[in-house]
Formats: sequence, structure tokens, C-alpha cells
Amino acid sequence: MIEKNIPAILPLIFLAAALLIPLLGVWKKAVAYPIAILTVLAAASVSVYGFIYVLLNGTIRYFFGGWAPPIGIEYVYDPLASFVALVINFIALLVLTHGYHAVNIDVKDRQVAYYSVVMLLLAGFNGMIITGDLFNLYVFIEISSLSGYALIAVGEKRAPFAAFRYLIIGTIGASFYLLGIGFLYFMSGTLNMNDLASILPYIKDSPAILVSLILIVIGLGIKMAIFPMHGWLPDSYTYAPTTSSSLIAPIGTKVGAYALLRLVLFVFGVEYFSKDLQVAELLAIFSCGGIIYGSVMAIAQKEMKRMLAYSSIAQIGYIGLGIGLANPLGFIGALLHLINHAFMKACLFLVAGNLRVKTGSSDISQMDDSFRKKYPWTMAAFTVAALSMVGIPPLAGFFSKWYLALGTIENNSWFYLAVILISSLLNAVYFFRILEKVYMRSPEKYIPVDSDIAEIRNEEVKPSMLLPAVALAVGLIVLGIFNVLLVDQIYKMMPAGL
Amino acid sequence: MKHGSTSPIILLLSRVISPYIMLFGMYVIFHGHYSPGGGFQGGAMLAASIILLRIALEEKVHQMHFNSKLGIPLGALGVLIFFGVGLISLLLGGYFLDYKLLPIPGYTPADLHSFGILFIELGIGLAVMSVLVSIYDNLLEDDDV
Amino acid sequence: MFELIIGHYDYLFIVVLITIGLYGMIIKKNLVKKVIGMSIFQSAIILFYISSAVKSDATVPILVDELSTAEVITYINPLPHALMLTAIVVGVATVGVAFALLVLIYKRYNTLDEKELIERMK
Repeated sequence: MIEKNIPAILPLIFLAAALLIPLLGVWKKAVAYPIAILTVLAAASVSVYGFIYVLLNGTIRYFFGGWAPPIGIEYVYDPLASFVALVINFIALLVLTHGYHAVNIDVKDRQVAYYSVVMLLLAGFNGMIITGDLFNLYVFIEISSLSGYALIAVGEKRAPFAAFRYLIIGTIGASFYLLGIGFLYFMSGTLNMNDLASILPYIKDSPAILVSLILIVIGLGIKMAIFPMHGWLPDSYTYAPTTSSSLIAPIGTKVGAYALLRLVLFVFGVEYFSKDLQVAELLAIFSCGGIIYGSVMAIAQKEMKRMLAYSSIAQIGYIGLGIGLANPLGFIGALLHLINHAFMKACLFLVAGNLRVKTGSSDISQMDDSFRKKYPWTMAAFTVAALSMVGIPPLAGFFSKWYLALGTIENNSWFYLAVILISSLLNAVYFFRILEKVYMRSPEKYIPVDSDIAEIRNEEVKPSMLLPAVALAVGLIVLGIFNVLLVDQIYKMMPAGL
Repeated sequence: MKHGSTSPIILLLSRVISPYIMLFGMYVIFHGHYSPGGGFQGGAMLAASIILLRIALEEKVHQMHFNSKLGIPLGALGVLIFFGVGLISLLLGGYFLDYKLLPIPGYTPADLHSFGILFIELGIGLAVMSVLVSIYDNLLEDDDV
Repeated sequence: MFELIIGHYDYLFIVVLITIGLYGMIIKKNLVKKVIGMSIFQSAIILFYISSAVKSDATVPILVDELSTAEVITYINPLPHALMLTAIVVGVATVGVAFALLVLIYKRYNTLDEKELIERMK
């Protein structure tokens, strides 16, 4: 019975937890965290099981309320959706493990509300991944965005204003998306993605479909922060508390990217998206702009979290570029980068959070040699993630860039290849700047001669904060080494006509 | 409002009108499944009647009427009713929210398909009412930050 | 051309509303006015769905004994209205969160003017 219900269980289990936490929180506040972590654990195990089940037995379709599509709402749990859901729930599990202490520090006495909203956020993300209905996707986008605004606003003093700006821009994005599916609905008479994909070839000459594609790309582009629509991102990531930013940064924009990929490649179809129109080309050009802009701005930052935020804009550019290439290698590159970047960003944000807990700030200029001795494992995790970000071969980040580069060569678009190579160099600049300080620069403070450098004691953070970061770093190595297996699976997820 | 209005007209009228708004809200909820209306609209009316009293009367009185602390738990309870109806049908072997499977004796599945939505409307009505009231309360409260 | 305008005056009206909403969100310096602009923008999209779903000589899709269910032409398609009901709820939630954020901003900085706010943040 559980197999049949997996698509419904994933979002609903989070919804149930989001409701149980405030109810039981009235009785006892300490109950919030155990419920949250158990829910994420359950969701992660269900998605592991679901992924294996889907690979062996094929797509699961779920009809809400027993109404068959196209009348009812359908959830489609295919290999692609199950894979992305698995990655997201796994990262959420690690981030919430880290949250055991981090949330105590950042949020203090409002944990009941905080965890309830976290559960709502994850319900929204899981729903966005699994749903097969356009309007349902809108509702889940709004659920996840609204809880995202709340999670950002509990941060530092400036956080509410950052969240407010995100809210205004995010609402414009969601409304554009709604307008886009309005055009689609009135032209085709259906909101079901599969149904729509079969109807669209007959009505694709209508300008209304063109307008809807543009509106949907803009709307979801704002959600995933593609270059000209990225304005909300740096402030919100910087001022949000650690757990919020390490949930929203790796997962939030990736789910937006997944929704865009799902809609343009599976619903509108590769043919229409890249050959009949030049939307794909446009997306790729904007993504290139984002890659360069994000990397250059990241070099200019002095604060680590802000630097990571700008680096996010650049990395989302890679995913957008992969979608925009609209060829098999580009698709593999985009999907691999979606996963790798989720791992890398989660790891880096957790490390930034750990440094904030220990030293009070994550200012880059204050880093020096002593960090390596005080926090050896944290810094090791950081190093792995940073090297992966730059694209050093055995690590995961290399392979996604490799496939993207192959994709550009296949399209004969040498300009994009140049952008990928240049941005790798820029990545190296802003990460090696930190690595250089951590490994080479001796502390500025005067150290007496007789007290050896071994005097600097190991002040590693608590295990609950350390293990998730290390696990993510190990995950990067594993993802890199067993990358072939992953690519084999991704071939099965390829949309028709690519 | 903390102190409430001093005008006897407002005090009296709000007290007289409020139960009728509430009654009409109930009517809208219960007729939701075969006429325009439903849980959201009815719940909004129930909330309107409570907020009317909150605007007009002093704090002590309107807290006796509907305590601010109840807002969030009742809202969660309302959605849990919705959720529970869905979950029961899922556990009975159907799809989530497939309420023709609800174990209520004396009704055919077709009847339940029509009336089953009533449970959901009740849950939604409760949730909408308490959440709207608690949004109002939260905007007024001035002790945090 | 004239007929096009007359035939689609509702869409033109919606375009005007969307423009007003976007103008309010982008140009206005007061944060409350931004929220008002956002609300207008969302209402315009709701109106777009509703006005596109208009069907003349049709009634509400409720089962009545006098009308036969076989004739689809007598009923309005309820789906756009149901969708917009959801969109209205989402809009209410968005405005609620926006005002909650504004209350928080005002308590911390004592202003809701964007320029002033950025000035005080430095």
C-alpha cells in the first residue's frame, strides 16, 4: 500500500508535521525539534525507497481524491521527480541535524513557530517537485515562498527588509507564472502537464502560447534567481539565520530550476522551446551573464555568506545554461549541477554558520592559519566543497561542468564554453582567496616564541554541527567518483525529443 | 483594541450584529457543498464577527469571547480535520481525500461523495476563522522585538 | 481596430490594472504603497481569469432540476472561479505576511519610507 501512496506521503507528511508542531507546542515547547527531525528522517527514507521502487517498477501516478486526470489533480512520481525529491530530503535531513544547536542560537525561544514554518517550506518544495498539475504547482510555489519569507525574516536586524524585498519580487514572479498558466489554460482547456504536453503541438502557432511561455520563464526565473532577476537573493541569504539560509540556498532555487526544467523541456517540449522559438538561446545568454556577474561580485565580497550568495547566482547560471542548451549533454550537466550545487552550497553555508557560531562573524579578512588548527574538520569540509565548486576532477563539481562544456561543444557555441572556462577561473579566485588565508597566512596577533603553534587548541564545533558538513563533503567525493552510475540513471530521465 | 469604543451605539450594535453574522457564516459553511459558499467564505464571516467585537469592545470582554491564545492551535486543528478526513480515506485503501470511502453507516458512496466535503468545509471554516483572527491579533500586539 | 478595443475592453482594463500594480511596486517609496500595488497586481490577474471565463446565457454550475445536465452550454465552467478562490486565499496570505514584515520593520527602524530606511540601515 505504501508504494501507491508515496507521491502523496512526501508533501503530506511535512504538512502534518507543520500542523502537529504548533498543536503539541502548546503543551510543551521542546517537542518541536524531535517532531521536525523525525519527519524529515521519515521523508528521506520514504524517498530513498520511492527512488528505488520507481527505478525498478516505473512511474507512480497518484490521483488526488480518486478523480482521474485531466479532471483531478495528478501527482507524477517519475524517476526525475523521485531523484530530485531524494536529494532535497536528504539535504534537509542534514541541515536540520545541524539545526539542533544552530536554531537554539539563532531563533532562541520561538522554535515552535520556526520548525512549523520549516516543515511548511519542505512541504512546498516536495509538492513542487512531485505535482503534475500546473495550478497545484503555483500553490506549492506560494507555500514554499511564503514560508521562505518568514524563515528569512527571523534573522538579523536587517532581515525583515530583505525578506520584504524578496516578498515583493517573489510575488511578481509567482503572479507572472499564474498569468502564464492562465493563457495556457484558456487556450488548451487543461491544467494537467501530461495532457497539456499532448495538446500543445496542435495549438502552438497561437501567440498566446508564446506569451505564456515567456511569462512562465520569467516567473520561474525570478524564483530561481536567474541573472537579471536575482536582486532579492544576496540580502536574503546574508541576513537569514544559518539554518534558514542553508535550507533555502541549496534547495529553494534548485526546486525553482527543476520546475522550469520540467515545464520547458517536458511540457512545452524541446522542439518548441529551442527550435521554433529562441527562448532557449535567450535563457542561455542570460545565464552566461549571471555566471560572469555572480563570480565577479563574489570576488568583491568581504563577508563569506554574502560571497556564497553571489556565488549562488553564478551557479544557478550553470543550471540555466544547461537548460538553455537543450541537448542531452546540457540536460545531464544541468541536472548534475542541480544536485552537486545543492550539496556544495549546503556544505558551504553550514561551514559559514559554524564559523559564525565560533568566531562571531564569517568575515573573510579575519581568517588565518589558526582556523585550520582550531577547526580542522570544518575547514576540511570547506576545502572539499570549495575545490568541488572550482571543479577539481575527482570531486562532483568537475563532472557537471564537464558535461556542460561538452554540451556547448555539441551545439558549436564556443562563446558559452569560454564563459564556463572563465568562470571556473573566477571561482578559483574567490575560493582560493579563503583557502590561501586558512592554510598559509600566519595569525597577525603576536605569538610568544616559547608557546608553540601546537598551543592553539582544537576548538571544533559540536558534533551535531560538524557531522552534517563533513557528511556533505564526503557526499561530494562519492558523487564525483560514482558519477557514471548517476549519469546512467539520468539518461533514463531524459525528456522525449532531446 | 485595548479600551474599546465609548459610543453606546457602537457597543450595542456590534453586540447585536455579531451573532447574526456568525449565524450567516455557519449557513454559508453548511451550504457550501450544493450552493455558492463553503468553508473559506463562511470562515471569513465568522472571523469578521469576532473581529467586529475585537474592534468595538474592550480587551477583557473580547478575550472572554475568543481568547487570542486559541488562534494558532485552533487553526492547526481545523487543518488537521481536513487532513484527517483525507488520511482516513487513504488508510481505507483509497486515494487521499477520496471521501466516498469514509466509514459512515447509512450512506451510499455517491451520497458520501456529495456530503463528505462537509467535514472538510467544517475544518476549513474553523481554520480560516482562527487564523484570520490571529493575524489581526498579531498585527495589534506590540510587546515583541 | 476600434472593434478590437470594444471587443476586448476588459483585457485592456486588466492591462491598465497590472501596470498600475507594477508601477506601485516599483516606483513608490512607501512600503505600504508597495503592498497596495502588489494587491492590485494580484487582483488584476484574478480579474483576468474571471473575465476570460465569462459565458453569456449560462448559469452557475449547480445541479437544478429544471435544467438538464446534458446541456453543457447552460453552465459556466467553474474551474477558473475555483482556481481564483485559491489565488485569493494565497493573496490574503501574501498580504498578511507582508504586513507582518512591515510591522517588524517599523518596530526596528521607526519608518516605512524606503529611502529613509536604507539611510538608517547604514
